[in-house]
Amino acid sequence: MSVRHAMLALLSEGPKFGLRLREEFEARTGEVWPLNVGQVYTTLQRLERDGLVESDGDSDSEGPQKAYRITGAGAKELDTWLRTPPDLSAPPRDELVMKVLVALELSDADVSEIIQAHRRYLVELMQQWTRIKEDGDPADLNSGLAVDAEIFRLASVVRWLDAADDRVRRVKADAEPPVANPATTDRGDPDDERPVPNVPWALPRLRGNSRQEGRTTPR
Amino acid sequence: MTTMIELRQVSKSYGRGDAEVHALREASLAVIDGEMVAVMGPSGSGKSTLLTIAGTLEEPTAGEVLIAGQPVSNMSKAKQAQLRRRTIGYVFQDFNLLPGLTAAENVSLPLELDGTSARKARVAALKALDGLRLGDRAGHYPDQLSGGERQRVAIARAMIGERSIVLADEPSGALDSVNSEAIMRLLHGACKDTGMSAIVVTHDAQLASWADRVVFIRDGRIIDQTTPAAGPESLLVNATPEAGK
Repeated sequence: MSVRHAMLALLSEGPKFGLRLREEFEARTGEVWPLNVGQVYTTLQRLERDGLVESDGDSDSEGPQKAYRITGAGAKELDTWLRTPPDLSAPPRDELVMKVLVALELSDADVSEIIQAHRRYLVELMQQWTRIKEDGDPADLNSGLAVDAEIFRLASVVRWLDAADDRVRRVKADAEPPVANPATTDRGDPDDERPVPNVPWALPRLRGNSRQEGRTTPR
Repeated sequence: MTTMIELRQVSKSYGRGDAEVHALREASLAVIDGEMVAVMGPSGSGKSTLLTIAGTLEEPTAGEVLIAGQPVSNMSKAKQAQLRRRTIGYVFQDFNLLPGLTAAENVSLPLELDGTSARKARVAALKALDGLRLGDRAGHYPDQLSGGERQRVAIARAMIGERSIVLADEPSGALDSVNSEAIMRLLHGACKDTGMSAIVVTHDAQLASWADRVVFIRDGRIIDQTTPAAGPESLLVNATPEAGK
């Protein structure tokens, strides 16, 4: 969320004082993103520096006495920003993804348990957001959409965890030795000829484990 | 605070020998009045089996189910059937409305089957439909209703007669997110307003998040549950927008 463009959007309705901009920003985002006064005035000063807004008040007066209005360049900047998709082409460096990938590499880590710890935390967060939505005014569209965005984002992370959990289990099950067939295990290395699961980042640990579990003779 | 529904170390298996499948393994769960619990897990995790056993539609292989403190295993078949008619309501993924009956007739059916006069049952059904903003759909047949409306009729049918427990299996089914939310809002609101208890099974975290508590099930075992967290206001303090450059 860009405060800079939110300020331009609010000023496109007409000139406003800094404090009013802050109040309107918070009200229109359902108070999901609280803003401090310093952020508002820093943003307005930068917008003025860049010629995107201009102030009406005495240049010596402090922020609360100054009314700001959007310039032609500011209106153009706002229109361009609204129509420009955010850059989602490169995947973000996701800490949760890294944790799960690292867990796969550790021989003593219970990946499903680690995934569940994250899943529980995310669902708890979603419960809190859902309570905000449930208790909120259904007519407050801004607030509803802002909260929805967060719930959908968290839900997509839980879906990824579910898929990761399922994939790990399947690969693990495929890699496990046929324990019900002692005749095979007695021959020593039942897993040596086993096809390697086609999940590159899962291979080191899973293949290592299955070999260890299936082995009956020391190397 | 009353425990309305309780599973104590419940197990369920199907088949025998090599073909034996353990659908549920020593699952314990207690739901109090006014509480909505979501049971979340992937396909085949045992969540639907848990629901059918909690609803006395199936018997456990081991363990005990108690409804309002009464062990189901001590009840006669007739008493169990009465429990299903008067105390427990069911909501299914595919609505399970009878196609030849209107919305009002579908909703009044459980009361009529339990001996309530047709006139009284109809009055109660119309009131229930009104409460779910379906008053103007009372005379419509299921195929004349949208998916969201059909599921709300199914919920009205599950709740009619002031039943104290509602069990729902993927109640939003293939509904879109707005209609799904309306269904969950309705169920949670009913729990808060009437003291009804609900168990909702789902694979969807977004639906589960409407529940007061989310229980996680894997391979027939209850492995985890959410705990009451800090209030929603903590989220608002932590959320910070990107500062202007």
